[in-house]
Amino acid sequence: MTTNNIAIQAVELTKRFGDFTAVDAISFEVKKGEIFGFLGANGAGKTTAMRMLCGLSIPSSGKAAVAGFDVYKQTEQIKRSIGYMSQKFSLYEDLTVKENIRFYAGIYGKSDAFIKEKTAFLLKELRLEAEASKLVRSLPLGWKQKLAFSVAIFHEPEIVFLDEPTGGVDPVTRREFWNMIYQAAESGITIFVTTHYMDEAEYCNRVSIMVDGRIDALDTPAALKRKFEARSMDEVFLKLARKAKRSGD
Amino acid sequence: MKQFISFVKKEFYHIARDKRTLFILLGMPIMQILIFGFALTNEVKNARVAIFDQSKDLATQALRSELDASRYFDITQDVHTYSEIEAAFKKGTIKLAVVFPENFANDLDHFNTAQVQLIADASDPNVANTLTNYATAIVLDYQDRITNNRRLPYTIKTEMRMLYNPQLKGAYSFVPGVMAMVLMLVCTLMTAITIVREKESGTMEIMLVSPMRPFKIVVAKAVPYLLLSVVNITSILLLSVFVLDVPINGSLLLLIFESILFTLTCLAFGLLISTRTDSQQTAMFIALTGMFLPTIMLSGFMFPIENMPLPLRILSNIVPAKWFYYIVKEVMIKGLGISAVWKETLILTGMLLFLLLLSIRNFKIRLA
Repeated sequence: MTTNNIAIQAVELTKRFGDFTAVDAISFEVKKGEIFGFLGANGAGKTTAMRMLCGLSIPSSGKAAVAGFDVYKQTEQIKRSIGYMSQKFSLYEDLTVKENIRFYAGIYGKSDAFIKEKTAFLLKELRLEAEASKLVRSLPLGWKQKLAFSVAIFHEPEIVFLDEPTGGVDPVTRREFWNMIYQAAESGITIFVTTHYMDEAEYCNRVSIMVDGRIDALDTPAALKRKFEARSMDEVFLKLARKAKRSGD
Repeated sequence: MKQFISFVKKEFYHIARDKRTLFILLGMPIMQILIFGFALTNEVKNARVAIFDQSKDLATQALRSELDASRYFDITQDVHTYSEIEAAFKKGTIKLAVVFPENFANDLDHFNTAQVQLIADASDPNVANTLTNYATAIVLDYQDRITNNRRLPYTIKTEMRMLYNPQLKGAYSFVPGVMAMVLMLVCTLMTAITIVREKESGTMEIMLVSPMRPFKIVVAKAVPYLLLSVVNITSILLLSVFVLDVPINGSLLLLIFESILFTLTCLAFGLLISTRTDSQQTAMFIALTGMFLPTIMLSGFMFPIENMPLPLRILSNIVPAKWFYYIVKEVMIKGLGISAVWKETLILTGMLLFLLLLSIRNFKIRLA
């Protein structure tokens, strides 16, 4: 692995399921510490692309490297270097806040001392000290979501994949959530995020928009707006998504 | 290893938090053993009997006291007409009526033959059958004793010995059955549900993205249920030895080994179900129809396999519980060693390997 500042690199990455090409030869690069928005209508192939990058699914053709590791052969190393948070709430409701943190840190093989120190720090930052021994079930959704994000980057990954992380969360919490994302990016973590909220797309450094399995646009939000003569990302997205032949599910 | 331990710990938290399920899992075997042991028994004890004695002589008095002395019967009523018998049956106060005609002892003395009528409530055919058999045996026994004094020219005496279970206790057959049932329920059902639950909640995805290997995830999920099963095996065996007086005639070590083999088979089956289903309901349904019903119906525990039609007899061979039930009976009740059950052990091992391979293959396909 050469020392460069590329976190994710995909070249002609393709995934076919029988006759259906879910992801059609996409190519892009994500720089280290970047907040990369990965947009697209439902069914455009975002999730499939993301699964390949996370080492959950083997590509049909093309090349890709995540944190410098090959998605065909080095999925183990990839898994060690990434964090993941899905649209489904992914903490255990019947475990306490502390137990959840310990568990996720544990499956990443972190030492007890590391876990202890970082847990204390994290609880303080999230102002969850009083709730540390309460079941996650009893927390409000916004807090759960913030906790889930903190857990996803607890093991200090190089890249974190966020799959629609703010679904169903109120605007205030979403704002706070994005503050956390910025903080993580500042500390050097690369953020790869999918979202349906176009105001969130504006927060990203660069944005790609997938239509029917291909990446139709990739640039900074400002440049995209200029190119498509749109006032907001919302308009950009609509102009592109209208061309889609596949219907979302 | 550290990963593995944190995972197993988490599983124990899940189990411990869900008090109701834990209570059921640990309490169920105890309840079942007690229910089968004391309530659901097909042995007949202290059946209520009415006597219609029209003769009232020495012979009928003797027979009457023999019946009453037996632990199967309890003479609760003396009746004086047939309609009284009918009324008692209708009310359900008696299960059997014994009718001695007039001149019973007289006939016996002078004509060497006398008749006694047994009337049983055959709305429950098994009980009726058992009762008449017991009563007939008591009458024959009495006849034997009086003929000793008179010497008949030819007599054939049948002498019965009930091997392995001289007292014909039902517990000897249901203890192995309950063991099969409980292990099946805890292992197959619970593993299937607990893995599918993680799929439903989305946590399985997080797990798969983590460096934890899928195989380890599955093993970590199974460990707590394996331990729970060992607790259950222990409590079933303790109850059967100390409460139901069913002895462990064979090697305890072999028995435990076979139980763990069966437990693993059940776990593998639960795992297979979980790789093929995405919702807890489906998983539960498949586990119940695919494993629980066959265990009850086709293991020989409730219904003897020998009496089944050929297709069912063939089908019963693929039910792991059938082999386990057989092994436990041989080892625990008959006291036989591995030399008597090695074939069945091999079959169970084969089933375990087959299920395990199939589910690991399925698990991998899902990932690709």
